[in-house]
Amino acid sequence: MSLLQVNNLSIAFGGLRAVDDFNLEIEKGELYGLIGPNGAGKTTVFNLLTGVYKPNEGIIRLDGEDITRKNTIEINHAGIARTFQNIRLFHQMSVIDNVKVGLTERFKYSGLEGVLHIGRYHSMEKAMDEEAMKLLKVFDLDMERDTLASNLPYGKQRKLEIARAMATSPKLLLLDEPAAGMNPNETAELMDTIALVRKEFDMTILLIEHDMKLVSGICEKLTVLNFGRVLKQGETKAVLSDLEVIAAYLGG
Amino acid sequence: MTSKKKRIKDNLITYGIVIALYIVMEILLKTGNLSSHLKGLLVPMTYYAIIAVALNLCVGILGELSIGHCGFMCIGAFASAIFSKLTADTLPDGIRLFIAFIIGIAVAALFGFLIGIPVLRLKGDYLAIVTLAFGEIIKNVINAVYMGVDSKGVHFSLNNVMDLGMEPDGQVIINGAMGITGTPRTANFTIAIVVLLLSLFVVLNLMNSRDGRAIMAVRDNSIAAEASGINVTGYKMMAFTISAAIAGAAGVLFSHNITSLTATSQYFGYNASIMILVYVVLGGIGNIRGSVIAAAILYLLPEMLRGLNTYRMLIYSIVLIVMMLFNWAPAAIEWREKVVNRFVKRNA
Repeated sequence: MSLLQVNNLSIAFGGLRAVDDFNLEIEKGELYGLIGPNGAGKTTVFNLLTGVYKPNEGIIRLDGEDITRKNTIEINHAGIARTFQNIRLFHQMSVIDNVKVGLTERFKYSGLEGVLHIGRYHSMEKAMDEEAMKLLKVFDLDMERDTLASNLPYGKQRKLEIARAMATSPKLLLLDEPAAGMNPNETAELMDTIALVRKEFDMTILLIEHDMKLVSGICEKLTVLNFGRVLKQGETKAVLSDLEVIAAYLGG
Repeated sequence: MTSKKKRIKDNLITYGIVIALYIVMEILLKTGNLSSHLKGLLVPMTYYAIIAVALNLCVGILGELSIGHCGFMCIGAFASAIFSKLTADTLPDGIRLFIAFIIGIAVAALFGFLIGIPVLRLKGDYLAIVTLAFGEIIKNVINAVYMGVDSKGVHFSLNNVMDLGMEPDGQVIINGAMGITGTPRTANFTIAIVVLLLSLFVVLNLMNSRDGRAIMAVRDNSIAAEASGINVTGYKMMAFTISAAIAGAAGVLFSHNITSLTATSQYFGYNASIMILVYVVLGGIGNIRGSVIAAAILYLLPEMLRGLNTYRMLIYSIVLIVMMLFNWAPAAIEWREKVVNRFVKRNA
Protein backbone atom coordinates (compact mmCIF):
# COMPACT_ATOMS: atom_id res chain seq x y z
CA MET A 1 0.00 0.00 0.00
CA SER A 2 1.27 3.46 -0.81
CA LEU A 3 2.19 5.84 2.00
CA LEU A 4 0.22 8.72 0.54
CA GLN A 5 -2.81 8.13 -1.60
CA VAL A 6 -4.78 11.04 -3.02
CA ASN A 7 -7.91 10.37 -5.05
CA ASN A 8 -9.97 12.81 -7.13
CA LEU A 9 -8.97 15.81 -5.03
CA SER A 10 -10.73 19.05 -6.05
CA ILE A 11 -11.13 22.50 -4.60
CA ALA A 12 -12.76 25.56 -6.10
CA PHE A 13 -12.40 29.17 -4.99
CA GLY A 14 -15.53 30.80 -6.34
CA GLY A 15 -15.60 29.85 -9.99
CA LEU A 16 -11.92 28.96 -10.19
CA ARG A 17 -11.12 25.27 -9.91
CA ALA A 18 -7.68 25.69 -8.36
CA VAL A 19 -7.14 21.95 -8.12
CA ASP A 20 -9.23 19.66 -10.25
CA ASP A 21 -9.42 15.86 -10.03
CA PHE A 22 -5.93 15.51 -8.63
CA ASN A 23 -4.53 12.02 -8.07
CA LEU A 24 -1.25 11.10 -6.45
CA GLU A 25 0.37 7.99 -5.05
CA ILE A 26 3.65 8.05 -3.20
CA GLU A 27 5.37 4.86 -2.05
CA LYS A 28 7.33 4.74 1.16
CA GLY A 29 10.86 6.03 0.73
CA GLU A 30 10.23 7.83 -2.56
CA LEU A 31 11.39 11.32 -3.41
CA TYR A 32 8.55 12.81 -5.39
CA GLY A 33 8.46 16.13 -7.22
CA LEU A 34 5.47 18.34 -7.92
CA ILE A 35 6.14 20.87 -10.68
CA GLY A 36 4.19 23.21 -12.87
CA PRO A 37 4.06 26.81 -14.05
CA ASN A 38 3.21 29.64 -11.65
CA GLY A 39 -0.40 29.49 -10.50
CA ALA A 40 -0.80 25.85 -11.48
CA GLY A 41 -2.04 24.97 -7.98
CA LYS A 42 1.06 23.36 -6.45
CA THR A 43 0.95 25.20 -3.14
CA THR A 44 -2.83 24.70 -3.04
CA VAL A 45 -2.18 20.96 -3.16
CA PHE A 46 0.20 21.34 -0.20
CA ASN A 47 -2.37 23.36 1.69
CA LEU A 48 -4.98 20.67 1.01
CA LEU A 49 -2.60 17.93 2.19
CA THR A 50 -1.86 19.82 5.43
CA GLY A 51 -5.44 20.79 6.23
CA VAL A 52 -5.10 24.52 5.61
CA TYR A 53 -7.88 24.18 3.00
CA LYS A 54 -10.63 21.58 3.07
CA PRO A 55 -11.25 19.96 -0.34
CA ASN A 56 -14.66 20.06 -2.03
CA GLU A 57 -14.17 16.52 -3.22
CA GLY A 58 -11.70 13.70 -2.91
CA ILE A 59 -9.96 11.62 -0.31
CA ILE A 60 -6.46 11.89 1.17
CA ARG A 61 -5.07 8.78 2.85
CA LEU A 62 -1.83 8.65 4.80
CA ASP A 63 -0.67 5.13 5.55
CA GLY A 64 -4.24 3.92 5.02
CA GLU A 65 -5.70 6.47 7.45
CA ASP A 66 -8.24 8.95 6.05
CA ILE A 67 -6.96 12.44 6.93
CA THR A 68 -9.14 14.43 4.51
CA ARG A 69 -11.21 16.27 7.12
CA LYS A 70 -8.52 16.69 9.77
CA ASN A 71 -7.12 20.10 10.73
CA THR A 72 -3.49 21.18 10.45
CA ILE A 73 -2.56 20.13 13.97
CA GLU A 74 -4.15 16.68 13.68
CA ILE A 75 -2.51 16.12 10.30
CA ASN A 76 0.86 16.95 11.80
CA HIS A 77 0.19 14.44 14.56
CA ALA A 78 -0.88 11.90 11.91
CA GLY A 79 2.57 12.25 10.34
CA ILE A 80 2.88 15.02 7.74
CA ALA A 81 5.42 17.78 8.36
CA ARG A 82 6.13 20.68 6.02
CA THR A 83 8.34 23.65 5.30
CA PHE A 84 7.18 26.90 3.73
CA GLN A 85 7.99 28.72 0.51
CA ASN A 86 8.89 31.84 2.51
CA ILE A 87 10.83 30.48 5.48
CA ARG A 88 8.79 30.51 8.67
CA LEU A 89 11.01 30.08 11.71
CA PHE A 90 10.44 31.08 15.33
CA HIS A 91 12.85 33.95 14.74
CA GLN A 92 13.18 35.26 18.30
CA MET A 93 14.04 31.82 19.64
CA SER A 94 17.36 30.00 19.61
CA VAL A 95 18.16 27.32 17.04
CA ILE A 96 17.82 24.51 19.56
CA ASP A 97 14.53 25.90 20.91
CA ASN A 98 13.12 25.95 17.37
CA VAL A 99 13.81 22.23 17.12
CA LYS A 100 12.50 21.62 20.64
CA VAL A 101 9.18 23.21 19.64
CA GLY A 102 8.97 20.50 17.01
CA LEU A 103 9.59 17.92 19.76
CA THR A 104 6.76 19.32 21.93
CA GLU A 105 4.27 16.58 21.15
CA ARG A 106 6.77 13.75 21.46
CA PHE A 107 8.17 14.53 24.91
CA LYS A 108 5.32 15.28 27.24
CA TYR A 109 5.09 16.44 30.82
CA SER A 110 2.32 18.35 32.53
CA GLY A 111 2.11 22.14 32.73
CA LEU A 112 2.45 21.99 36.51
CA GLU A 113 5.67 20.00 36.25
CA GLY A 114 6.90 22.59 33.76
CA VAL A 115 6.07 25.59 35.96
CA LEU A 116 7.50 24.10 39.15
CA HIS A 117 10.41 22.28 37.42
CA ILE A 118 9.55 19.05 39.24
CA GLY A 119 8.73 15.46 38.34
CA ARG A 120 9.42 14.50 34.76
CA TYR A 121 10.62 18.03 33.86
CA HIS A 122 14.35 17.46 34.21
CA SER A 123 14.51 14.00 32.64
CA MET A 124 12.25 15.02 29.74
CA GLU A 125 14.14 18.27 29.08
CA LYS A 126 17.39 16.32 29.04
CA ALA A 127 15.95 13.82 26.59
CA MET A 128 14.67 16.69 24.42
CA ASP A 129 18.08 18.38 24.46
CA GLU A 130 19.76 15.14 23.39
CA GLU A 131 17.24 14.47 20.63
CA ALA A 132 17.44 18.08 19.39
CA MET A 133 21.25 17.98 19.35
CA LYS A 134 21.17 14.72 17.41
CA LEU A 135 19.01 16.43 14.77
CA LEU A 136 21.13 19.58 14.71
CA LYS A 137 24.26 17.47 14.19
CA VAL A 138 22.69 15.79 11.16
CA PHE A 139 21.97 19.21 9.67
CA ASP A 140 25.37 20.55 10.72
CA LEU A 141 23.77 23.21 12.91
CA ASP A 142 25.09 21.99 16.26
CA MET A 143 27.65 24.80 16.51
CA GLU A 144 24.84 27.37 16.24
CA ARG A 145 22.61 25.83 18.88
CA ASP A 146 22.28 29.04 20.91
CA THR A 147 22.15 31.48 17.97
CA LEU A 148 18.87 33.28 17.40
CA ALA A 149 17.12 31.76 14.40
CA SER A 150 16.82 35.19 12.74
CA ASN A 151 20.63 35.60 12.83
CA LEU A 152 21.30 32.49 10.73
CA PRO A 153 22.30 32.86 7.07
CA TYR A 154 19.58 31.98 4.56
CA GLY A 155 20.78 28.51 3.68
CA LYS A 156 21.02 27.51 7.33
CA GLN A 157 17.57 28.92 8.05
CA ARG A 158 16.21 26.54 5.42
CA LYS A 159 18.11 23.68 7.01
CA LEU A 160 16.73 24.59 10.42
CA GLU A 161 13.21 24.64 9.04
CA ILE A 162 13.72 21.11 7.70
CA ALA A 163 15.27 20.05 11.03
CA ARG A 164 12.25 21.41 12.90
CA ALA A 165 9.89 19.54 10.58
CA MET A 166 11.90 16.34 11.13
CA ALA A 167 11.65 16.84 14.90
CA THR A 168 7.93 16.02 14.75
CA SER A 169 9.03 12.60 13.42
CA PRO A 170 6.83 12.61 10.33
CA LYS A 171 6.08 9.79 7.90
CA LEU A 172 5.99 12.23 5.00
CA LEU A 173 7.93 15.46 4.58
CA LEU A 174 6.58 18.22 2.32
CA LEU A 175 9.07 20.82 1.04
CA ASP A 176 7.56 23.90 -0.59
CA GLU A 177 10.15 25.35 -2.99
CA PRO A 178 13.13 24.66 -0.74
CA ALA A 179 15.57 26.18 -3.23
CA ALA A 180 13.65 29.45 -3.69
CA GLY A 181 15.97 32.42 -3.33
CA MET A 182 19.12 30.30 -3.13
CA ASN A 183 22.31 30.74 -5.11
CA PRO A 184 23.78 27.70 -6.98
CA ASN A 185 26.12 26.85 -4.10
CA GLU A 186 23.31 26.89 -1.57
CA THR A 187 21.13 24.84 -3.91
CA ALA A 188 23.86 22.24 -4.24
CA GLU A 189 24.19 22.08 -0.47
CA LEU A 190 20.42 21.76 -0.16
CA MET A 191 20.45 18.78 -2.51
CA ASP A 192 23.01 17.14 -0.23
CA THR A 193 20.82 17.93 2.79
CA ILE A 194 17.75 16.36 1.17
CA ALA A 195 19.75 13.28 0.20
CA LEU A 196 21.02 13.11 3.78
CA VAL A 197 17.50 13.30 5.21
CA ARG A 198 16.47 10.37 3.04
CA LYS A 199 19.47 8.33 4.08
CA GLU A 200 19.44 9.13 7.80
CA PHE A 201 15.70 8.99 8.43
CA ASP A 202 14.53 6.79 5.57
CA MET A 203 12.12 9.60 4.80
CA THR A 204 9.48 9.89 2.12
CA ILE A 205 9.58 13.38 0.58
CA LEU A 206 7.25 15.34 -1.65
CA LEU A 207 8.66 18.62 -2.92
CA ILE A 208 7.53 21.55 -5.02
CA GLU A 209 10.34 23.09 -7.02
CA HIS A 210 11.05 25.38 -9.92
CA ASP A 211 14.77 24.71 -10.08
CA MET A 212 14.98 22.11 -12.85
CA LYS A 213 18.53 21.16 -11.94
CA LEU A 214 17.37 20.19 -8.49
CA VAL A 215 14.26 18.42 -9.75
CA SER A 216 16.03 16.35 -12.38
CA GLY A 217 18.94 15.77 -10.00
CA ILE A 218 17.12 14.19 -7.10
CA CYS A 219 13.47 13.44 -7.83
CA GLU A 220 12.59 9.90 -8.83
CA LYS A 221 9.05 10.60 -9.91
CA LEU A 222 7.23 13.72 -11.00
CA THR A 223 3.73 15.06 -11.30
CA VAL A 224 3.25 18.05 -13.57
CA LEU A 225 0.35 20.35 -12.79
CA ASN A 226 -1.12 22.81 -15.25
CA PHE A 227 -4.20 24.94 -14.56
CA GLY A 228 -5.05 22.77 -11.56
CA ARG A 229 -5.05 19.52 -13.52
CA VAL A 230 -2.50 16.76 -13.75
CA LEU A 231 -0.71 17.06 -17.07
CA LYS A 232 1.70 14.16 -16.73
CA GLN A 233 2.79 11.72 -14.07
CA GLY A 234 5.64 9.23 -13.95
CA GLU A 235 9.40 8.69 -13.89
CA THR A 236 11.35 11.94 -13.92
CA LYS A 237 13.20 11.31 -17.17
CA ALA A 238 10.12 10.29 -19.10
CA VAL A 239 8.08 13.21 -17.80
CA LEU A 240 10.71 15.84 -18.51
CA SER A 241 11.14 14.65 -22.09
CA ASP A 242 7.39 14.64 -22.74
CA LEU A 243 6.52 17.13 -25.46
CA GLU A 244 3.32 18.31 -23.82
CA VAL A 245 5.19 19.09 -20.60
CA ILE A 246 7.91 20.91 -22.44
CA ALA A 247 5.32 23.01 -24.25
CA ALA A 248 3.37 23.88 -21.12
CA TYR A 249 6.18 24.48 -18.74
CA LEU A 250 9.69 24.39 -19.95
CA GLY A 251 9.04 26.65 -22.89
CA GLY A 252 9.89 24.64 -25.96
CA MET B 1 25.24 23.20 28.50
CA THR B 2 26.40 26.78 28.72
CA SER B 3 23.13 28.41 27.68
CA LYS B 4 21.24 26.52 30.38
CA LYS B 5 23.71 27.68 33.02
CA LYS B 6 23.41 31.25 31.76
CA ARG B 7 19.64 31.04 31.95
CA ILE B 8 19.73 29.77 35.52
CA LYS B 9 22.22 32.50 36.43
CA ASP B 10 19.99 35.14 34.80
CA ASN B 11 16.99 33.94 36.79
CA LEU B 12 18.99 33.96 40.02
CA ILE B 13 20.05 37.56 39.33
CA THR B 14 16.37 38.49 38.92
CA TYR B 15 15.40 36.91 42.24
CA GLY B 16 18.52 38.46 43.78
CA ILE B 17 17.55 41.98 42.71
CA VAL B 18 14.11 41.57 44.31
CA ILE B 19 15.57 40.16 47.53
CA ALA B 20 18.24 42.89 47.67
CA LEU B 21 15.54 45.55 47.23
CA TYR B 22 13.58 43.93 50.04
CA ILE B 23 16.57 43.82 52.39
CA VAL B 24 17.52 47.46 51.72
CA MET B 25 13.96 48.62 52.31
CA GLU B 26 13.64 46.55 55.47
CA ILE B 27 16.89 47.96 56.87
CA LEU B 28 15.71 51.49 56.11
CA LEU B 29 12.39 50.69 57.77
CA LYS B 30 13.96 49.18 60.89
CA THR B 31 16.41 52.05 61.32
CA GLY B 32 13.62 54.56 60.86
CA ASN B 33 15.12 56.15 57.75
CA LEU B 34 12.00 55.76 55.67
CA SER B 35 9.40 58.51 55.69
CA SER B 36 5.85 57.40 56.40
CA HIS B 37 4.94 58.54 52.87
CA LEU B 38 7.52 56.23 51.32
CA LYS B 39 6.55 53.44 53.68
CA GLY B 40 3.06 53.54 52.24
CA LEU B 41 4.44 53.15 48.70
CA LEU B 42 6.25 49.86 49.26
CA VAL B 43 3.27 47.52 48.83
CA PRO B 44 1.83 49.39 45.81
CA MET B 45 5.27 49.36 44.18
CA THR B 46 5.40 45.59 44.61
CA TYR B 47 1.93 44.88 43.26
CA TYR B 48 2.62 47.07 40.25
CA ALA B 49 5.77 45.03 39.67
CA ILE B 50 3.64 41.87 39.88
CA ILE B 51 1.05 43.07 37.38
CA ALA B 52 3.86 44.27 35.09
CA VAL B 53 5.24 40.72 35.14
CA ALA B 54 1.74 39.41 34.37
CA LEU B 55 1.29 41.82 31.48
CA ASN B 56 4.75 41.00 30.12
CA LEU B 57 3.71 37.35 29.98
CA CYS B 58 0.79 38.43 27.79
CA VAL B 59 2.54 41.07 25.68
CA GLY B 60 6.13 39.87 25.56
CA ILE B 61 5.88 36.08 25.74
CA LEU B 62 2.50 35.45 24.12
CA GLY B 63 2.81 38.52 21.89
CA GLU B 64 -0.76 39.75 22.31
CA LEU B 65 -1.24 43.37 23.31
CA SER B 66 -3.69 43.63 26.20
CA ILE B 67 -4.63 47.03 27.60
CA GLY B 68 -7.26 45.81 30.00
CA HIS B 69 -5.12 44.03 32.54
CA CYS B 70 -6.21 46.31 35.37
CA GLY B 71 -9.64 44.70 34.90
CA PHE B 72 -8.22 41.36 36.07
CA MET B 73 -6.53 43.13 38.97
CA CYS B 74 -9.93 44.65 39.79
CA ILE B 75 -11.60 41.23 39.76
CA GLY B 76 -8.92 39.75 42.00
CA ALA B 77 -9.24 42.70 44.38
CA PHE B 78 -13.02 42.54 44.69
CA ALA B 79 -13.36 38.74 44.82
CA SER B 80 -10.84 38.49 47.62
CA ALA B 81 -12.18 41.55 49.47
CA ILE B 82 -15.70 40.07 49.52
CA PHE B 83 -14.32 36.92 51.06
CA SER B 84 -12.21 38.78 53.61
CA LYS B 85 -15.05 41.03 54.66
CA LEU B 86 -17.38 38.04 55.15
CA THR B 87 -14.87 36.16 57.24
CA ALA B 88 -13.33 39.15 59.02
CA ASP B 89 -14.50 37.96 62.45
CA THR B 90 -14.34 34.23 61.97
CA LEU B 91 -10.90 33.44 60.53
CA PRO B 92 -7.42 34.33 61.82
CA ASP B 93 -5.58 36.89 59.67
CA GLY B 94 -2.99 34.57 58.14
CA ILE B 95 -5.38 31.85 57.02
CA ARG B 96 -7.90 34.42 55.77
CA LEU B 97 -5.31 36.16 53.63
CA PHE B 98 -4.06 32.84 52.27
CA ILE B 99 -7.56 31.77 51.23
CA ALA B 100 -8.21 35.29 49.89
CA PHE B 101 -5.20 34.84 47.60
CA ILE B 102 -6.50 31.52 46.32
CA ILE B 103 -9.95 33.02 45.69
CA GLY B 104 -8.63 36.20 44.05
CA ILE B 105 -6.29 34.25 41.78
CA ALA B 106 -8.90 31.63 40.89
CA VAL B 107 -11.65 34.14 40.06
CA ALA B 108 -9.30 36.32 38.00
CA ALA B 109 -8.09 33.20 36.16
CA LEU B 110 -11.68 32.17 35.48
CA PHE B 111 -12.48 35.58 34.03
CA GLY B 112 -9.23 35.53 32.06
CA PHE B 113 -10.31 32.21 30.58
CA LEU B 114 -13.84 33.38 29.77
CA ILE B 115 -12.72 36.70 28.28
CA GLY B 116 -9.93 34.90 26.44
CA ILE B 117 -12.40 32.77 24.48
CA PRO B 118 -13.72 35.68 22.35
CA VAL B 119 -10.70 38.00 22.66
CA LEU B 120 -8.01 35.59 21.50
CA ARG B 121 -9.82 35.02 18.22
CA LEU B 122 -8.81 38.55 17.32
CA LYS B 123 -5.42 39.84 16.27
CA GLY B 124 -3.26 42.90 16.85
CA ASP B 125 -5.08 46.21 17.25
CA TYR B 126 -8.50 44.58 17.43
CA LEU B 127 -7.43 42.42 20.31
CA ALA B 128 -6.02 45.46 22.15
CA ILE B 129 -9.25 47.42 21.69
CA VAL B 130 -11.44 44.57 22.93
CA THR B 131 -9.28 43.96 26.01
CA LEU B 132 -9.55 47.67 26.74
CA ALA B 133 -13.33 47.42 26.47
CA PHE B 134 -13.47 44.41 28.78
CA GLY B 135 -11.30 46.21 31.34
CA GLU B 136 -13.72 49.15 31.35
CA ILE B 137 -16.78 46.86 31.47
CA ILE B 138 -15.46 45.07 34.53
CA LYS B 139 -14.78 48.34 36.33
CA ASN B 140 -18.16 49.87 35.44
CA VAL B 141 -20.17 46.76 36.32
CA ILE B 142 -18.53 46.56 39.73
CA ASN B 143 -19.28 50.24 40.24
CA ALA B 144 -22.96 49.63 39.61
CA VAL B 145 -23.45 46.50 41.71
CA TYR B 146 -24.92 46.41 45.21
CA MET B 147 -24.44 43.23 47.14
CA GLY B 148 -25.58 42.27 50.62
CA VAL B 149 -25.70 39.19 52.80
CA ASP B 150 -28.26 38.34 55.44
CA SER B 151 -29.64 35.22 57.08
CA LYS B 152 -31.54 34.37 53.91
CA GLY B 153 -28.52 34.44 51.66
CA VAL B 154 -26.89 36.75 49.13
CA HIS B 155 -28.79 39.66 47.55
CA PHE B 156 -27.85 41.61 44.41
CA SER B 157 -29.17 44.84 43.00
CA LEU B 158 -28.19 47.33 40.33
CA ASN B 159 -30.21 50.23 41.83
CA ASN B 160 -29.44 50.99 45.48
CA VAL B 161 -28.99 49.50 48.93
CA MET B 162 -32.69 49.63 49.79
CA ASP B 163 -33.45 47.57 46.72
CA LEU B 164 -31.51 44.66 48.20
CA GLY B 165 -34.51 44.03 50.50
CA MET B 166 -32.41 42.61 53.31
CA GLU B 167 -33.41 41.52 56.80
CA PRO B 168 -32.44 43.96 59.58
CA ASP B 169 -29.40 41.81 60.44
CA GLY B 170 -28.13 42.10 56.85
CA GLN B 171 -24.67 43.32 56.01
CA VAL B 172 -23.90 45.38 52.89
CA ILE B 173 -20.82 43.97 51.13
CA ILE B 174 -20.55 46.04 47.94
CA ASN B 175 -22.15 49.45 48.22
CA GLY B 176 -22.26 50.42 44.54
CA ALA B 177 -19.74 53.06 43.63
CA MET B 178 -18.74 53.30 47.31
CA GLY B 179 -17.23 49.85 46.94
CA ILE B 180 -16.23 47.65 49.83
CA THR B 181 -15.35 49.29 53.13
CA GLY B 182 -13.93 47.79 56.26
CA THR B 183 -11.84 44.99 54.81
CA PRO B 184 -9.06 43.96 57.16
CA ARG B 185 -5.66 45.41 56.17
CA THR B 186 -3.57 42.30 56.35
CA ALA B 187 -1.13 42.64 53.45
CA ASN B 188 2.37 43.93 54.12
CA PHE B 189 5.64 44.45 52.28
CA THR B 190 7.04 41.02 53.18
CA ILE B 191 3.96 39.20 51.88
CA ALA B 192 3.97 41.36 48.74
CA ILE B 193 7.62 40.50 48.04
CA VAL B 194 6.92 36.79 48.54
CA VAL B 195 4.05 37.00 46.02
CA LEU B 196 6.32 38.87 43.57
CA LEU B 197 8.99 36.17 43.92
CA LEU B 198 6.39 33.45 43.36
CA SER B 199 5.05 35.23 40.26
CA LEU B 200 8.58 35.54 38.90
CA PHE B 201 9.19 31.88 39.68
CA VAL B 202 6.07 30.83 37.78
CA VAL B 203 6.73 33.02 34.73
CA LEU B 204 10.48 32.37 34.44
CA ASN B 205 10.03 28.62 34.88
CA LEU B 206 7.20 28.59 32.38
CA MET B 207 9.42 30.32 29.81
CA ASN B 208 11.98 27.52 30.14
CA SER B 209 9.48 24.71 29.78
CA ARG B 210 7.79 22.84 26.97
CA ASP B 211 4.62 24.93 27.27
CA GLY B 212 6.58 28.20 27.39
CA ARG B 213 8.44 27.37 24.18
CA ALA B 214 5.14 26.51 22.52
CA ILE B 215 3.70 29.88 23.64
CA MET B 216 6.71 31.74 22.22
CA ALA B 217 6.44 29.71 19.00
CA VAL B 218 2.84 30.89 18.64
CA ARG B 219 4.08 34.47 19.14
CA ASP B 220 6.84 34.18 16.54
CA ASN B 221 4.86 32.40 13.83
CA SER B 222 1.46 30.89 14.51
CA ILE B 223 1.21 29.26 11.08
CA ALA B 224 4.50 27.43 11.52
CA ALA B 225 3.53 26.54 15.10
CA GLU B 226 0.32 24.94 13.88
CA ALA B 227 2.21 23.05 11.18
CA SER B 228 4.54 21.78 13.94
CA GLY B 229 1.55 20.29 15.73
CA ILE B 230 1.25 23.05 18.36
CA ASN B 231 -2.31 23.69 19.59
CA VAL B 232 -2.23 27.44 18.97
CA THR B 233 -5.58 28.33 20.58
CA GLY B 234 -4.89 26.16 23.61
CA TYR B 235 -1.52 27.74 24.32
CA LYS B 236 -2.89 31.26 23.81
CA MET B 237 -5.62 30.52 26.36
CA MET B 238 -3.09 29.05 28.75
CA ALA B 239 -0.80 32.11 28.68
CA PHE B 240 -3.69 34.57 28.88
CA THR B 241 -5.26 32.73 31.83
CA ILE B 242 -1.99 32.53 33.78
CA SER B 243 -1.41 36.22 33.06
CA ALA B 244 -4.89 37.09 34.38
CA ALA B 245 -4.32 34.91 37.45
CA ILE B 246 -1.10 36.74 38.35
CA ALA B 247 -2.84 40.08 37.81
CA GLY B 248 -5.50 38.77 40.21
CA ALA B 249 -2.80 38.13 42.82
CA ALA B 250 -1.72 41.76 42.46
CA GLY B 251 -5.37 42.71 43.02
CA VAL B 252 -5.52 40.72 46.26
CA LEU B 253 -2.53 42.71 47.53
CA PHE B 254 -4.23 45.90 46.39
CA SER B 255 -7.48 45.26 48.28
CA HIS B 256 -5.76 44.02 51.44
CA ASN B 257 -3.52 47.06 51.63
CA ILE B 258 -6.41 49.54 51.98
CA THR B 259 -9.56 49.63 54.12
CA SER B 260 -11.89 51.05 51.52
CA LEU B 261 -11.90 49.51 48.05
CA THR B 262 -13.59 51.33 45.18
CA ALA B 263 -13.39 50.57 41.46
CA THR B 264 -12.12 54.01 40.46
CA SER B 265 -10.64 54.88 37.09
CA GLN B 266 -7.49 56.02 38.82
CA TYR B 267 -6.62 52.45 39.78
CA PHE B 268 -8.61 50.25 37.41
CA GLY B 269 -9.28 52.39 34.33
CA TYR B 270 -7.49 52.22 31.01
CA ASN B 271 -5.06 54.91 32.11
CA ALA B 272 -3.79 52.57 34.80
CA SER B 273 -3.58 49.70 32.29
CA ILE B 274 -1.56 51.88 29.94
CA MET B 275 0.73 52.95 32.76
CA ILE B 276 1.50 49.27 33.37
CA LEU B 277 2.05 48.80 29.65
CA VAL B 278 4.59 51.65 29.89
CA TYR B 279 6.43 49.69 32.60
CA VAL B 280 6.49 46.64 30.35
CA VAL B 281 7.60 48.47 27.20
CA LEU B 282 10.32 50.49 28.91
CA GLY B 283 11.52 47.50 30.91
CA GLY B 284 11.79 45.59 27.66
CA ILE B 285 9.07 43.52 25.99
CA GLY B 286 9.71 39.90 26.91
CA ASN B 287 12.26 40.94 29.55
CA ILE B 288 10.70 39.92 32.86
CA ARG B 289 13.45 41.37 35.02
CA GLY B 290 13.19 44.68 33.18
CA SER B 291 9.48 44.88 33.99
CA VAL B 292 10.18 44.58 37.72
CA ILE B 293 12.90 47.23 37.66
CA ALA B 294 10.90 49.61 35.45
CA ALA B 295 7.79 49.23 37.61
CA ALA B 296 9.77 49.98 40.78
CA ILE B 297 11.55 53.02 39.37
CA LEU B 298 8.63 54.49 37.44
CA TYR B 299 6.18 53.98 40.30
CA LEU B 300 8.40 55.47 43.00
CA LEU B 301 9.84 58.33 40.95
CA PRO B 302 6.77 60.58 40.53
CA GLU B 303 5.85 59.98 44.14
CA MET B 304 9.30 60.91 45.41
CA LEU B 305 9.41 64.02 43.24
CA ARG B 306 6.22 65.41 44.75
CA GLY B 307 8.24 68.14 46.43
CA LEU B 308 9.20 69.56 43.04
CA ASN B 309 5.58 70.27 42.14
CA THR B 310 5.33 71.37 38.52
CA TYR B 311 8.74 70.01 37.50
CA ARG B 312 7.68 66.54 38.57
CA MET B 313 6.12 65.42 35.31
CA LEU B 314 8.94 67.04 33.32
CA ILE B 315 11.53 64.93 35.13
CA TYR B 316 9.29 61.88 34.83
CA SER B 317 9.09 62.25 31.05
CA ILE B 318 12.84 62.76 30.77
CA VAL B 319 13.37 59.53 32.73
CA LEU B 320 10.97 57.74 30.37
CA ILE B 321 12.97 58.92 27.36
CA VAL B 322 16.29 58.00 28.95
CA MET B 323 15.03 54.52 29.83
CA MET B 324 13.73 54.06 26.32
CA LEU B 325 17.10 55.01 24.84
CA PHE B 326 18.96 52.85 27.34
CA ASN B 327 16.86 49.81 26.45
CA TRP B 328 16.40 50.15 22.72
CA ALA B 329 18.97 52.47 21.08
CA PRO B 330 21.61 50.43 19.22
CA ALA B 331 24.45 52.58 20.59
CA ALA B 332 23.22 52.10 24.15
CA ILE B 333 22.88 48.35 23.68
CA GLU B 334 26.46 48.21 22.35
CA TRP B 335 27.71 50.24 25.30
CA ARG B 336 25.87 48.00 27.76
CA GLU B 337 27.37 44.88 26.22
CA LYS B 338 30.83 46.42 26.42
CA VAL B 339 30.37 47.19 30.11
CA VAL B 340 29.06 43.71 30.82
CA ASN B 341 31.95 42.10 28.93
CA ARG B 342 34.51 44.15 30.83
CA PHE B 343 32.85 43.20 34.09
CA VAL B 344 32.76 39.51 33.19
CA LYS B 345 36.41 39.51 32.10
CA ARG B 346 37.52 41.09 35.35
CA ASN B 347 35.70 38.40 37.27
CA ALA B 348 37.09 35.57 35.19
